[in-house]
Amino acid sequence: MLIAFFADIHANRQAFSACLAQARDHGAERFVLLGDYVGYGADPEWTVTAVMDLVEKGAMAVLGNHDSAINNPREQMNVEAKIAIEWTRGELGPSEREFLAGLPLTLEDRDRLYVHADASNPKGWNYVASVADAARSISATPAPITFCGHIHQPALYSMSATAKMTSFTPTTGFAIQLLPGRRWLAVLGSVGQPRDGNPASSYAMLDTEKRELTYCRVPYDVEQAAAQIRKKGLPTWLADRLRVGN
Amino acid sequence: MAKPLHEPGLVLDGFRLEERVHRGGMATLWRVSHPGMTAPMLMKVPRIGEGADPAAIVSFEMEQMILPRLSGVHVPKFIAAGDFTVQPYLVMERVVGKTLYERIGVLPLPYAEVADIGVKVATALDDLHRQHVIHLDVKPSNIVLRPNGETVLLDFGLSHHDQLPDLMQEEFRLPFGTAPYMSPEQLLGVRNDPRSDQFALGVLLYFFSTGVRPFGESETLRGMRRRLWRDPVPPRSLRPDYPPALQEIVLRCLETEPAWRYPTMAQLAFDLSHQDQVKLTARSERLRRDPFTTVLRRRFNKDLTTPRPKAALAAQLSSAPIIAVAIDLAEGHADIKHALRVTTERILATLPSARLACLNVLKQARLTIDTTLDEHGHNKHVDRMVGLKYWAEPLKLDERRLTVHVIEAIDPAAAILEFAQVNRVDHILIGARQESLMRKLLGSVSAKVAAEAACTVTVVRPTYIDEAAKP
Repeated sequence: MLIAFFADIHANRQAFSACLAQARDHGAERFVLLGDYVGYGADPEWTVTAVMDLVEKGAMAVLGNHDSAINNPREQMNVEAKIAIEWTRGELGPSEREFLAGLPLTLEDRDRLYVHADASNPKGWNYVASVADAARSISATPAPITFCGHIHQPALYSMSATAKMTSFTPTTGFAIQLLPGRRWLAVLGSVGQPRDGNPASSYAMLDTEKRELTYCRVPYDVEQAAAQIRKKGLPTWLADRLRVGN
Repeated sequence: MAKPLHEPGLVLDGFRLEERVHRGGMATLWRVSHPGMTAPMLMKVPRIGEGADPAAIVSFEMEQMILPRLSGVHVPKFIAAGDFTVQPYLVMERVVGKTLYERIGVLPLPYAEVADIGVKVATALDDLHRQHVIHLDVKPSNIVLRPNGETVLLDFGLSHHDQLPDLMQEEFRLPFGTAPYMSPEQLLGVRNDPRSDQFALGVLLYFFSTGVRPFGESETLRGMRRRLWRDPVPPRSLRPDYPPALQEIVLRCLETEPAWRYPTMAQLAFDLSHQDQVKLTARSERLRRDPFTTVLRRRFNKDLTTPRPKAALAAQLSSAPIIAVAIDLAEGHADIKHALRVTTERILATLPSARLACLNVLKQARLTIDTTLDEHGHNKHVDRMVGLKYWAEPLKLDERRLTVHVIEAIDPAAAILEFAQVNRVDHILIGARQESLMRKLLGSVSAKVAAEAACTVTVVRPTYIDEAAKP
């Protein structure tokens, strides 16, 4: 079965539509959504509705820190993120806010764990940014494969039977076999606000039979997404950074 | 995980173990058969369990990831892999032929034979590098010559794949490889420089042409590290008749600094097969090792004994292509010749490690017997060489980056295509002949080259204003 994973959509309608279309074209049969549907971007209502629709049809979705902040004003975040969240609160209706409030922090799916950030403390929203962070996250779960997002930079970590770690920056479009002898942590890039220097939208596909993971990049209408952010009066840096992917 | 207990007759997923052909520290090799498969096959089973080397598992995992992605005649064909959680194994083509290890008893070999082996192995490694893999354990026992002369590289357990996680990189502090063949940078823990394979091949060529290993057989880290500052004895001092060009090539492969070696395997293969055009530097003249003071200076130079970050494999390969330019030296094509030179110059300007091969086809008649002399008694072949050098002169290229080739052939397009294929040319530049009787009679050489070449072809036309085409 082919599963498509999306993380950190951040209300970027143009990017999410492009990723969904490509994943469907490539034969994705299931969708997993790894949190942060809102914040930063200009289309929170459309995005949350799209996610709700996918979940209704069998997709799995976990909670991200920006989603949590909608109903929990005490979540810590930077100034621009705060402004975006305040604006977003005024955009979402009760059913959308209720949907976000009901999302779980983690989900288990056969041999896989889905979580927005570090699995060792899902509520702490720590970045998995290094081999040490990855080791902590992998050690905290019995699941052979963990999928997370949050840092907006794709990475793939593995831990051997003797607890040795490897880290790797994935090559776009190149299938990597997740060898059964070790445990894996796949950190997804961001759909709606890539920060690895490549403005193209980022997601991943897993072939569960072959245990092969492919990181994908999709070019999308960045100008339109940026224009919408400016039009809504959100901080201009949120529009500018989409162009550079940082 | 199942215990690795195997004996002849055991059947694993349809593969029947026939005979154990090798038992090493890392893995056991079995000859296997399968109903419905006739090709000779080999099964590799890693040694796992109590007391096994942890590197055995990791190296097996690496090979399991890399082998299925490789293709071509220079690697054994991947056939099947076992489920790691039940019984890990790899089934691959059993390559029929002799390993270079079997030649070790009869060294040194004749120079021409060493060069021939060098070309074949460099070509195989070039093919591997183009598939994003650095072998990192090039040695005689990992190289097989098929009866048809093709070279096959074995054992990718220590290899590095540019697009896959490197499980060996972070697992072990100590360098992995085979002591006499390991490059200085590998000793320092660098696993992503394709030129490490060139160093190992240099050791092999030195060994096969002199009968002596350039850095001995020491397996201690201390003994191995000596190659970071101590240069090998020049082959010419071991065998007085050693060809200077071969010494130039071999010692260049053995440079401590990877950037001083050939940029690509294809360029090394090119020099080995055109030794008459190798630029002979001081390397070719050396008869003794560097003086002690030089060695001491290197020994305590931190720059030489600490690893430096290297460019990605693909970037390294694409920055050092072999470019062939086909030039028609006939009178009256000055505009095409000029346009070709301008295009060549532009391409070379962006690629400082590229090398240029200038070709001219000396057309042979089908029916009459050609003489090598023209009507004035000049040697046509030599004249053409002079013409090519004259054409290339304004490019002001270092001798090391330029070679000229006059090919005698009946079909010019076929000759250019063959040259490109044999020499692993990355890019052909060729001028388009203008409308002429010749072109009407013979068809277009450039069109055939462009249509049939395996590499990039640029067809160059002079820029001119066609008066007749104006309204």
